[in-house]
Amino acid sequence: MALHEINYQLLIENPKKIRKEWAHIGVVGSGDLEVLMERKDLNGAVQVKVVTPVTGFDFIWNRVLESFITENQLGDLLIEINDNNATPIVVSIRLAQALAEANRVEEEEI
Amino acid sequence: MRNDTDVVWDSLKRDTEQRIQSGKAFIQSGKLVDAKDTIALLETIIKPGDKVNLEGNNQKQADFLAESLCKVDPKIIHDLHMVQSVLALDSHLDLFEKGIAKKVDFSFSGPQANRLAKYVQEGKVQIGAIHTYLELFGRYFVDLTPRISMVAAYQADKQGNLYTGFNTEDTPVIVEATKFKQGIVIAQVNEIVDKLPRVDIPAEWVDFVIKAPKPFYVEPLFTRDPALITDSQILRGMMALKGIYAEYGVQRINHGIGFDTAAIELLLPTYGEELGLKGKICSYFVLNPHPTLIPAIETGWVKSVHSFGGELGMEDYVAARSDIFFIGPDGTMRSNRAFGQTAGHYALDMFIGGTLQIDQYGNSSTATASRVTGFGGAPNMGADAKGRRHSTDSWLKCGNEYTMNHQLVGDIPRGKRLVVQLQETFREKRAPGFIEKLDAWKLAENAGLEIPPVMIYSDDLTHIVSEVGIAYLNRCADMEERKAAIRAVAGYTELGLLADPKETRKLRQKGIVKTPEDLGIDVSRANRSLLAAKNMKEIVEWSKGLYNPPNRYRNW
Repeated sequence: MALHEINYQLLIENPKKIRKEWAHIGVVGSGDLEVLMERKDLNGAVQVKVVTPVTGFDFIWNRVLESFITENQLGDLLIEINDNNATPIVVSIRLAQALAEANRVEEEEI
Repeated sequence: MRNDTDVVWDSLKRDTEQRIQSGKAFIQSGKLVDAKDTIALLETIIKPGDKVNLEGNNQKQADFLAESLCKVDPKIIHDLHMVQSVLALDSHLDLFEKGIAKKVDFSFSGPQANRLAKYVQEGKVQIGAIHTYLELFGRYFVDLTPRISMVAAYQADKQGNLYTGFNTEDTPVIVEATKFKQGIVIAQVNEIVDKLPRVDIPAEWVDFVIKAPKPFYVEPLFTRDPALITDSQILRGMMALKGIYAEYGVQRINHGIGFDTAAIELLLPTYGEELGLKGKICSYFVLNPHPTLIPAIETGWVKSVHSFGGELGMEDYVAARSDIFFIGPDGTMRSNRAFGQTAGHYALDMFIGGTLQIDQYGNSSTATASRVTGFGGAPNMGADAKGRRHSTDSWLKCGNEYTMNHQLVGDIPRGKRLVVQLQETFREKRAPGFIEKLDAWKLAENAGLEIPPVMIYSDDLTHIVSEVGIAYLNRCADMEERKAAIRAVAGYTELGLLADPKETRKLRQKGIVKTPEDLGIDVSRANRSLLAAKNMKEIVEWSKGLYNPPNRYRNW
């Protein structure tokens, strides 16, 4: 199965950094994916790398990622996605879960 | 002038008597025929061109009689007109391959959908019409009355009384239509006993009884393994519970067959409890005995369940909950599809289930270009019952919001059934769930159908739940607004990409579209830890060991 790589970068106004240094969620099971988020100085931008067996759907990846980044006002962030045929909704759920994990307040911080 | 004494008014009865008389050659005692004589019996009593019913539905099957009918000599028996609920077994289609049958009027053909479409194109099968169950049962009493019916029962006694028990399903309606129009009834049974637990079909309505070499086939169609429920299904379940069940206070419900509604059943004791909905929603179901409903029953959510059919492995659990299910004096449940469908059509406030495709207007279908799947019973529930005259709160609320209704009935208050489709924007292999024009159109062309098979028509559909949001179609002022609301929840499908963000914002302000955020739902909570049972073993534990899942679901 040949893998296809999509690289995507977006800079929005007034971006926010994630609270933790990194977060990871999901597994590369059939119809699923894993998401890694890492706080990184990128001059406010978000950089995304998607590795997927699917071709011809880059446009939808871009739409899903753009709305996720814009709605959550993200910046200075590296997102790596390893996909195995997830549908857009699964991608959206995993991204939301990874972000929730990345912004989770540890007990000692309270 | 005609002499009145020459007019025959009982030709059917005379013909039946003659046929039964010649069939008596095969009777051993009472009404009992040995299994090895089945084919010869059928060749004796069936005549070319007869309307014949082979009992079978999406659950139990008179499979031995179906296989036997396939083995008759097509030179003796041909051109049969099959009138029956489903085309599910290979033998059902073999009848047409062999030239024994020519025409079919039916309701559901899921497992044989590809083959049926092929045979129609090749001219091997002539389809009369595709019906809903209740519609077909209705026609048994009008213009599709079976001359011969072949049914399945658990037990017969020496006189020929039948016990159909937990899986009574379609038998009463088939036998009544056949026998009271002078037809012939043949039953295959699993065993012959001295005394039945109860009589479901009286011996006087049965002509021949055959003990089949093996028990009749039953498909555990409504068993859903919670281990296979996805986060996306859980999210739609949470949205439906909060945005529809709670919003309308829906008490009388039918759930579809899919994983989406299985997820909802398993969310009641957890997320539903958290929302404080116990007693306010989901008290009454018309539903097969879904194993996934067990945790909700055990936690006191459910007051009553009437079932169309039985579900393999649920016999003991159901029998031990006679406050909830419909149990006979003998202690076992009696399902009944005709009554269940009637209840589902008239007495429910909501149907909720999934589909394959929804078009830009809100019509939905499970047909694709090369599959004739039929309808089963879903449209009886997924339709506003126009003859309904009783009022309930959720029915009235949905009707009051139904803006377009006022253009047709003026100022008279009228309720509306909630008909809800749970739809993932993309299914497996990225097939879009929302589409401009249904594939059903192509099927109609390929299979020569007069109309594209539509499961639920747009004017019956009131709500769509996709992972993007809920579209409250009943609140739309006109077709343009409906189409915009559908586009707004169609996600990244081609149809969804046509949505105008400004228009979508307006619909959200009007409460016609609600996103998870509008509903106050945290998407990151949508995961399997919310399910009351996460696998089959936990369902068995909830049932206190009374549920006995079929082997294929036992993975522990």
